[in-house]
Amino acid sequence: MIRPEDLLHPTPVGLYCPPLDAYIDPVRSVDRAIVTHGHSDHARAGHSSVLATPETLAAMAVRYGEGFARVRQPAAYGQSVTLGETRLTLLPAGHVLGSAQVLVEHKGLRMICTGDYKRRPDPTCPPFEPVACHVLISEATFALPVFRHPEPETEIRRLLTSLAGFPERTHLVGAYAFGKAQRVIRLLRQAGYDEPIIVHGALESLNELYERFDVSLGPLERVPDARVRRSEASTLPGRIVIAPPSAMRTRWADRFADPLFAFASGWMTIRQRARAAGVELALAISDHADWTELTQTVSEINPDELWITHGRDDALARWAELEGRRARPLRLIGYEEEHGD
Amino acid sequence: MQTFAELLDRLILTPSRQGRVRILRAYLASTPDPDRGWALAAIAGDLKLPGLQAGLIRTLASTRIDPVLFSLSYDYVGDLAETVSLLWPPRPGANRTPTLSEVVTGLNTASPDERARRLEIWLDSLSVSGRFALLKLSSGRLRIGASRRLALQAAADLGTHPVEEIEEIWHGLSPPYEDLFAWLEGRAQRPGEETPAGFRPVMLAHAAAPELEPGRRLADAIDPEVYAAEWKWDGVRIQLVREKDVQRLYTRTGEDVTGAFPELMDEIGLTGRIDGELLIRGPGGEPAPFADVQKRLGRRTISTREAARRPAFIRCYDLLEHDGQDLRTLPFRSRREHLERLVPTLRRDRIDLSQLISFSGAADLDALRRQPPQPAIEGVMLKRWDSAYVAGRPMGQWFKWKRDPCLIDAVMMYAQRGHGRRSGAFSDFTFGLWTAGPEGDRLTPVGKTYFGFTDEELVRLDRHVRETTVERFGPVHSLATGPDQGLVLEVAFDAVQRSSRHRSGLAMRFPRIHRIRWDKPAGEADRLETLAAMIPATEAGTV
Ligand SMILES: [Zn+2]
Ligand SMILES: [Zn+2]
Repeated sequence: MIRPEDLLHPTPVGLYCPPLDAYIDPVRSVDRAIVTHGHSDHARAGHSSVLATPETLAAMAVRYGEGFARVRQPAAYGQSVTLGETRLTLLPAGHVLGSAQVLVEHKGLRMICTGDYKRRPDPTCPPFEPVACHVLISEATFALPVFRHPEPETEIRRLLTSLAGFPERTHLVGAYAFGKAQRVIRLLRQAGYDEPIIVHGALESLNELYERFDVSLGPLERVPDARVRRSEASTLPGRIVIAPPSAMRTRWADRFADPLFAFASGWMTIRQRARAAGVELALAISDHADWTELTQTVSEINPDELWITHGRDDALARWAELEGRRARPLRLIGYEEEHGD
Repeated sequence: MQTFAELLDRLILTPSRQGRVRILRAYLASTPDPDRGWALAAIAGDLKLPGLQAGLIRTLASTRIDPVLFSLSYDYVGDLAETVSLLWPPRPGANRTPTLSEVVTGLNTASPDERARRLEIWLDSLSVSGRFALLKLSSGRLRIGASRRLALQAAADLGTHPVEEIEEIWHGLSPPYEDLFAWLEGRAQRPGEETPAGFRPVMLAHAAAPELEPGRRLADAIDPEVYAAEWKWDGVRIQLVREKDVQRLYTRTGEDVTGAFPELMDEIGLTGRIDGELLIRGPGGEPAPFADVQKRLGRRTISTREAARRPAFIRCYDLLEHDGQDLRTLPFRSRREHLERLVPTLRRDRIDLSQLISFSGAADLDALRRQPPQPAIEGVMLKRWDSAYVAGRPMGQWFKWKRDPCLIDAVMMYAQRGHGRRSGAFSDFTFGLWTAGPEGDRLTPVGKTYFGFTDEELVRLDRHVRETTVERFGPVHSLATGPDQGLVLEVAFDAVQRSSRHRSGLAMRFPRIHRIRWDKPAGEADRLETLAAMIPATEAGTV
């Protein structure tokens, strides 16, 4: 059997697979890229060829335009691509629409790179599929025992309770434009909220993408133009508005009725973070695995070796040490700690 | 406990003061006695619990969590109570969650060993926010950006009484305040009326600017027929009261400092309430520098020998009550007459009278202000002869006109650990002044400075920074500030001029910390307009 390092090893550009001559989520332009999902720090434009799920390729086209790569190589979940003696399979990661783990097999050695993942049910994508392997390369965004995210349904109920308690205020929910926004909308629908949801312009093309892949978001409305003569109703009291976090604290938000700032993010678990961000309603809804999910997933897959990519590698490595597991922090750089969460 | 925890969570995240008052009011209106009373006491900072040491909480956490994972987590979160609340492993099927009253009585009645055991059982039974509230409560400090004033405002809003009426009786009340709520809700008489020697909120002055108000220049307004002038002494504003044989000494915020000044508790012949400046007598009998007063104020108790060596005395300038009669509605002129008759009957080494300055107009008062006869004078006070004694800072009644115009009271906003010899200690500070914002007043940073502190001050500053840090950017700590929270720094500087490079639009030359005003509420720090008014007229005119 070849050494794991000969099948996948960290480089400044990303994880490199020599037999395939391809990089996983490269942070610079390369010849052959394997992209786990459409978040901008993992999926960049300008590679010659990109292998990814059809959903991820579609997401990249929406975000970067049709010419984001010369060659698109779609690989549906579970459908293997073989090159010489190396086989590559994308498996559901449960992170966002199209997100995948990368399974690489070579002469009996199996390695999995989880990409970003979570284990909680998500109505916008298929659940993470645990598969046995020798080396598990895990993300570690929320790898600190302080991160034990509450159930997303509980958090959505808090939003609806606040809406009922402050019917005169616009509830402005900050959510990352790709993935989190649509998940929050689906969660609201599941909780029985049927009213039209107002969405920021930056979300429109991504919402359409979800509809194209049969994720129904229910009635959505555009944010009214601020130049239109203002009436009481045009300030949207008692309505839910979803916007990317970057729009929240700008003049754009001035058009709403006494806006109540909510933020849907795994970081909202930490009060001081929420307070520093000026968030009034902190919704700890995460698209990443929390501490419990991370550690249970490693135990469940039970690999011979655990490699840790971006995030809090020190704590996860310590946990592995306490469990008597072999672990190795890769210290990959270029993935933002707080990108899409 | 769970509703109290939710209350704390919402208070922490609600940005506006008005919003926090509303949330607390709603909680007080919907929560039964005695829980709401304990909550009110906790938020007002008046809940006395045997404080649990931070070390004990850490020890408790180490029985459940790996120490390395604990310190990685604590490093990241930065707040002990929050870290432990998030880390504490859930124990399914744990006990019933306690009520707030059960926690308060439980902590109060338990022996230290028992306390730790109870805490553990409660931690097992509570949710994350419940654990956070419990740990904040049992560490003796909530530090959630609320204050006594805010808490009392919320209580006042339950009924129709102004908050000042609650402040007047507050010191005579004790938690869980069932009598207070009964009164506020119209079910009983006002409580605590019999409590002798309570605190009365004080009247404050505005900073005198070249323009007292738009279009009205200071120089034109200063007329000895309209204003009385006195020296502004560089001591500590206090209120001395004696009622029904009980004598007490309060700071301007109503903090009881009776224990720090035993020499003032002797029989001095007073029956009434005096407003004045607490000063320390220097070797020559004249007032000593401010630092000496500060030193005494910092101590809770003091030996009689120490008190005799540097005796305190009160230079009084107002009389609020005398022989059971409330004088506050009288004009300053009549209150002053009462005061002038009273003071000669009191113990002379303990109480004397703040002298009026005779002047003919703005010009000679200005000259006196710049060249005061004693170093312990920091300017002059102007008080309208017809001003009633009104709590708070009423417009157009009293003005302070400082000797050194290049001195402002600012609020500490950011702190940074220093390098070199003092590395590890906080030594670089960014400070700000109040400006009007869309959600009420907010601080605008105006400068950065460092200062050679004494070791004693360093320890206290360090604690202040650590306890009020809300966020860290590398070495920079961002501190919690608000009208009720934050540390006031008296900043001296050489000059101020307009600058487009600074966010405040103003640049100060060589700012340095003159002294730390532990005694002054942040809401009483200066406004940006006050600093702008210090720009030399020649330059201001060219802008
Ligand atoms: Zn992602
Ligand atoms: Zn990521």
